[in-house]
Amino acid sequence: MPADQLSAVFGALADPTRRAILARLTKGDATVAELAAPFRVSQPAISRHLKVLEQAGLISRRRRATARLSHLEAEPLREATAWLARYQAYWDQSYGRLDALLATLQDGRQEQVEHSD
Amino acid sequence: MAKTQIIAEPGVPQILIAREFDAPRELLFRAHVEPELLVQWLGPRDLTLTVERLEARDGGRWRFIHQGADGNVYGFHGVFHGAPSPDGIVRTFEFEGAPGHVSLETVTFEDRGGTTLLRQGAVFQSVADRDAMLQSGMERGVNEAMERLDELIARLAPAH
Repeated sequence: MPADQLSAVFGALADPTRRAILARLTKGDATVAELAAPFRVSQPAISRHLKVLEQAGLISRRRRATARLSHLEAEPLREATAWLARYQAYWDQSYGRLDALLATLQDGRQEQVEHSD
Repeated sequence: MAKTQIIAEPGVPQILIAREFDAPRELLFRAHVEPELLVQWLGPRDLTLTVERLEARDGGRWRFIHQGADGNVYGFHGVFHGAPSPDGIVRTFEFEGAPGHVSLETVTFEDRGGTTLLRQGAVFQSVADRDAMLQSGMERGVNEAMERLDELIARLAPAH
């Protein structure tokens, strides 16, 4: 995924309503009316959010009879999160090693104190 | 075990890291500015860290090199602004693979009465630079099992 698409994904996720829409879509495809139901916003407002999500590649839309269904496209989100997870893993591993080093340094100091007694 | 919190809010050119350590802040500070300590913890085990230069003073330069088992080398360098102390470290950071893209990092060590809260903030020149940093995110193959998608969404959400 190119950096500008990652930015589009992050931008799309910047809004809590859009995150809630994605969370709802993990449970299955939904119509605009179904997606609007939990919110105090109009269906046109939800449609604008869906357009942003679609442009970021996070959802796709298709027609079923008269309804337009939104479908979660997991891969861009998975990729964006994988990057964040790698960054997290870098610091988790570094700080885990730092924990061990700090413990060693403090043990060493305690021993020195004990020896000097 | 203490958990590393990373906040990368969408649309904001910043990364915030917070982590609590079971050690006094002076010791934590030393682990950041003494090369023989730093090489023992910074970076994952499969990368070798070389501290080529670490001048912990106002205007002092630093340069670190990560080397992978595959021979790939990643250099980073920058300058300290103000004398580093247990009150904090301010430094610029530039990945040599992307010259000209510089971030400003602030590390603070907050005494929590026995433990120390480390905060590390990085401010980038643009959101695109920030996202590129997350993307390059130390491009190592950490194969973490993917969690359920709604958990992933929660993780990307601002943590407040």
